[in-house]
Amino acid sequence: MTDLTTLEAELSASIAGAADAAAIEAIRVAALGKSGSISGLLKTLGSMSPDERREAGPAINGLRDRVAALLADRKAALEAAELDARLAAETLDLTLPAPPRRKGSVHPTMQVMEEMTTIFAEMGFQVAEGPDIEDDFHNFTALNFPEKHPAREMHDTFFFNPGLDGVRKLLRTHTSPVQVRAMQRTNQPPAAPWIAGAIEPPIRIIVPGRTYRCDSDATHTPMFHQMEGLVIDKGIHMGHLKWTLETFIARFFEVAGVVSRFRPHHFPFTEPSAEMDIGCDRSGGEVKIGTGDDWLEILGCGMVHPNVLRQCGIDPDVYQGFAFGLGIDRLGMLKYGMPDLRDMFESDTRWLSHYGFSAFAAPNPATGLS
Amino acid sequence: MKFTLSWLKDHLDTDATTARVVEAMTMAGLEVEHVIDPATKLAPFTVARIVEAVQHPNADRLRVCQVDTVDGRKEIVCGAPNARAGLTTIYAPIGSYVPGLGVTLVEKPVRGVVSNGMLCSAAEMETAEESDGILELSDDLPVGAPAATALGLESVIDFEVTPNRPDWLGVAGIARDLSAAGLGKLRDLSATPVPGRFASPIMVSVDGEACRQFSGRFIRGVKNGPSPAWLQARLKAIGLRPINTLVDITNLITHDRARPLHVYDAAKLVGTRIIARLGRHGLNGDEHLIALDGKTYELTPDMSVISDADGERPVGIGGVMGGESTGCSDDTTDVFLESAWFDPIRTAQTGRVAGITSDAQYRFARGVDTHFLVGGLELATTLILELCGGEPSEVVVAGESLTAPAPVAFDPAYVKQLAGLEIPPEKSAEILEKLGFRIETSGNPWQVTPPTWRRDVEGKADLVEEIARIAGYDALPATPLPETPRPAGGVLTVRQDRARTARRALAAAGYNEAITWSFTRNAIARMFGGGADALVLANPMSADIDTMRPSVLPNLIEAAGRNARRGFPDVALFEVGPVFGGDQPQDQRLAIAAVLAPHAPRGWDKRPQDDLFTLKADLLALLEELGAPVASLQTAQGAASSWWHPGRSARLQLGPKAVLAEFGELHPAVLKALDVDGPVYGFEIWVEAIPEPKRKGKTRPAADLPALMPLGRDFAFLVDAARPAGDLAKAVAGADKALIASARVFDVYQGAGVPDGHKSIALEVAIQPREKTLTDAEIEALSARIVAAAEKAGGRLRG
Repeated sequence: MTDLTTLEAELSASIAGAADAAAIEAIRVAALGKSGSISGLLKTLGSMSPDERREAGPAINGLRDRVAALLADRKAALEAAELDARLAAETLDLTLPAPPRRKGSVHPTMQVMEEMTTIFAEMGFQVAEGPDIEDDFHNFTALNFPEKHPAREMHDTFFFNPGLDGVRKLLRTHTSPVQVRAMQRTNQPPAAPWIAGAIEPPIRIIVPGRTYRCDSDATHTPMFHQMEGLVIDKGIHMGHLKWTLETFIARFFEVAGVVSRFRPHHFPFTEPSAEMDIGCDRSGGEVKIGTGDDWLEILGCGMVHPNVLRQCGIDPDVYQGFAFGLGIDRLGMLKYGMPDLRDMFESDTRWLSHYGFSAFAAPNPATGLS
Repeated sequence: MKFTLSWLKDHLDTDATTARVVEAMTMAGLEVEHVIDPATKLAPFTVARIVEAVQHPNADRLRVCQVDTVDGRKEIVCGAPNARAGLTTIYAPIGSYVPGLGVTLVEKPVRGVVSNGMLCSAAEMETAEESDGILELSDDLPVGAPAATALGLESVIDFEVTPNRPDWLGVAGIARDLSAAGLGKLRDLSATPVPGRFASPIMVSVDGEACRQFSGRFIRGVKNGPSPAWLQARLKAIGLRPINTLVDITNLITHDRARPLHVYDAAKLVGTRIIARLGRHGLNGDEHLIALDGKTYELTPDMSVISDADGERPVGIGGVMGGESTGCSDDTTDVFLESAWFDPIRTAQTGRVAGITSDAQYRFARGVDTHFLVGGLELATTLILELCGGEPSEVVVAGESLTAPAPVAFDPAYVKQLAGLEIPPEKSAEILEKLGFRIETSGNPWQVTPPTWRRDVEGKADLVEEIARIAGYDALPATPLPETPRPAGGVLTVRQDRARTARRALAAAGYNEAITWSFTRNAIARMFGGGADALVLANPMSADIDTMRPSVLPNLIEAAGRNARRGFPDVALFEVGPVFGGDQPQDQRLAIAAVLAPHAPRGWDKRPQDDLFTLKADLLALLEELGAPVASLQTAQGAASSWWHPGRSARLQLGPKAVLAEFGELHPAVLKALDVDGPVYGFEIWVEAIPEPKRKGKTRPAADLPALMPLGRDFAFLVDAARPAGDLAKAVAGADKALIASARVFDVYQGAGVPDGHKSIALEVAIQPREKTLTDAEIEALSARIVAAAEKAGGRLRG
């Protein structure tokens, strides 16, 4: 038995001293290999008497198991140390900067246009479109602007030089000509599939788009965005107009306590006509919505003028309805606090990053509009 | 347009405050711009009385005054020569702001004597342009009374008038609406006729379209000169400069009744007849007139001209401005008073062509009451006789007034139908009558006749507006829209949805959305294939933006340049917006364009800059999002437009006539013209060119998920160096459409081992077995087909 004890002590010591996987393997072969020291002892069991074997068997097998376990532990310890050493050598300085990734953005005017579209879509409005280059008929005449009337002058219209046919085209001064295109009964289909044409009542459309007037200061730019709304049906009255716009404003500003009022106004293409004001506070130099006792005009609206309906081939004694026009950029400035309209079209990447919206801020009834 | 509360009260019996009047005006449709309240500006200034004034010990021109003020007795140093004991004047305390001096008073010694405030002149309070010494006020005024009250200064209401309501350009018209709105009782607005004492020695006539109706009267023996204080105060309060009594009277009636008048000095008229006619174009060009403003105007045949001397001499531009030669002065003793009606359109055009905006022109251009010519004459005559004396002639009239408005058939139930308002018919009738409408209510519909000053009212909708706005829009009942059937899949068209998707996809890819003008300058438009005359604006804001853009790219490139000049050259911008191929509606197309000017900061890891292939990846990913058939797209290398680098650009197309997009590096010459440093990469997609997806249900085809592992085989081919790699890859992929899932270029090599003028292209071909694993022989056969296909495309297998 002394032999076994000595052998175990020797093996334990050499295993503990093994420096690498090769040394472990050498010890394993020397002890447990075919002609290893423990393997040799195991072979002696066959020649023993049953009594001797009863005593020596467990001792030798025990020795073998313990040595095998020591070898496995030592091997694992060496591997772990080796991995630690490798990982230590693989260190990356994670305080170094990651490569810059461009952060894109959606323009606030377009975000606001989508917000508005979302609100009106929930109310059953479809989106209609028309061309930016219009003619006098659609922009003025069909909208009941009298020839040479001061109201035309007030529109600061951009004109093109007259063509060979003497017809002078213009840039639309508002999105209202699309009302005419949407309603007008003609024998011809629209000039392009995307252009609105001859919708049968009931009509419920919004028209977002670019509009143009020759004017420039902090609140006017030669190009800006409007959203027209048009509802034509039997029995649509001014109370429906009021509800629609009040509902829209409450949803759009996403703050509690937005108050509004309707004031009489004049537009050639609506009768009665109104402007809508919302309650605001101007005391701090900037306009705050949802508080204060001041008013801010935000849109023009009214019942579609019977002359406009007639001009489009709709009988005003059967159908009636309302129209409104919202300044998209302006409502965006009010909601999100941009101070100067001109900045909207300057394409300064710093401004776009600051006032722009994440690609993932798409208006959604569950998360809000932005 | 401006007025004061006291002026309004001449016509409206009311005890309403200014605030109440403003509120009522606003809710009746009169947009109040602002209220100028002198009491606010003059709040610190109060009445004070000088008790003692003695010579300043150290200054000849200064006096040291003991003054009774609202703050008690004060010692105040004053330099005004009229500062004397007993004088009632105005005191400003220490700390108050003196607008005429632009200073805030501080307590400091004046030549050794501390002045505890200031005694003020009218100029120092800005109640007069200049003044001589401190104010001298009535001794009845109590010490401490506010300066505004002491000076009789009133709030001035400044408001905008919509073009449909010329009657609001007179205070009486406002009083009428406010009366209807319940603010008070309207006083009698009618004019009392003044009988003529003799036949007018001046006759009048109208010639054709120049003037519809012309009336006048001669008044002899008047005494002109400065008008009385009340009249001057009234005109000054609304910003008019008093001239002389006769002219001030016409100005008063212009602003009181929206009824412009003119006075001629009869002694300066030639002949016995005034003729309203059109301007004349003579041998020496158009006629001329030196008007009352001292400027010379050309009188074109489109203008209405008032003439004397048998029509030979112009003495006024009809409805716009009188001539200098016949104007009234303090010496005038005989006058001819004119009250005429000029056509709104002609007057508007005359004002525009001649560049004159006068109070008369503004009113005639919008439309003056057609039936108050003589009424206006009578009002003016009464005032002239009262203030200047004299003797009036009989009234002379030429021409006919426009016919009065015809009655409108009106069912009072239409108020409810159009406005949703429940208003009893008798209330509707009352409102209309108060506004001057005549109503025949015996039958249904009613017959409602608009007054002659309301030419804007043409139909029953106009009448609803009158009733609704006076009843108050606050009463409109907010009513939910009726439910309508909704489209099942959202409200956007495919084109609209693509614009939305592009915006979100490009923003997610790191591009900032910009919105740039729809215009550019003509030279740039021409460089980008546009610039046709039909797309050039006749009245651009500036030459830089005078032509509709044929492409979004130049505006984005210029934006990149502006950002670089601001010190931020690393730019990735996009825009979704219109481009214009012509002036017809169908010539407008929707473009999605982006530019990439990579200038990322240097990195410690030496990572390369984004390049044209970054942009290509973004473009293809976007097209995929938009539902374009990306797998079928041809990349036509070198076929893109002239604004691209010829060797670094391509068209993406389904065929030569179905071009979806162009992309590449911008041509250096174009960048130079736009003053931008390159390289700049870009693309432009034409949304309408992307085929609409074929209508399918929501369900998708079964997924193709083969159970067998794909295997990869690499090939290298030698091709002519000029040949696009894409052609080879496409040929290889087409060698067996069933088995080859993809053929991807993973190496391009030129150099040692490759013959001159050639390049080696290495492809990884992904083979997807379908029913069973492929045998070696089958793979060999497939390889042979691949090599054969490559050979057809000009590729030779590298040995």
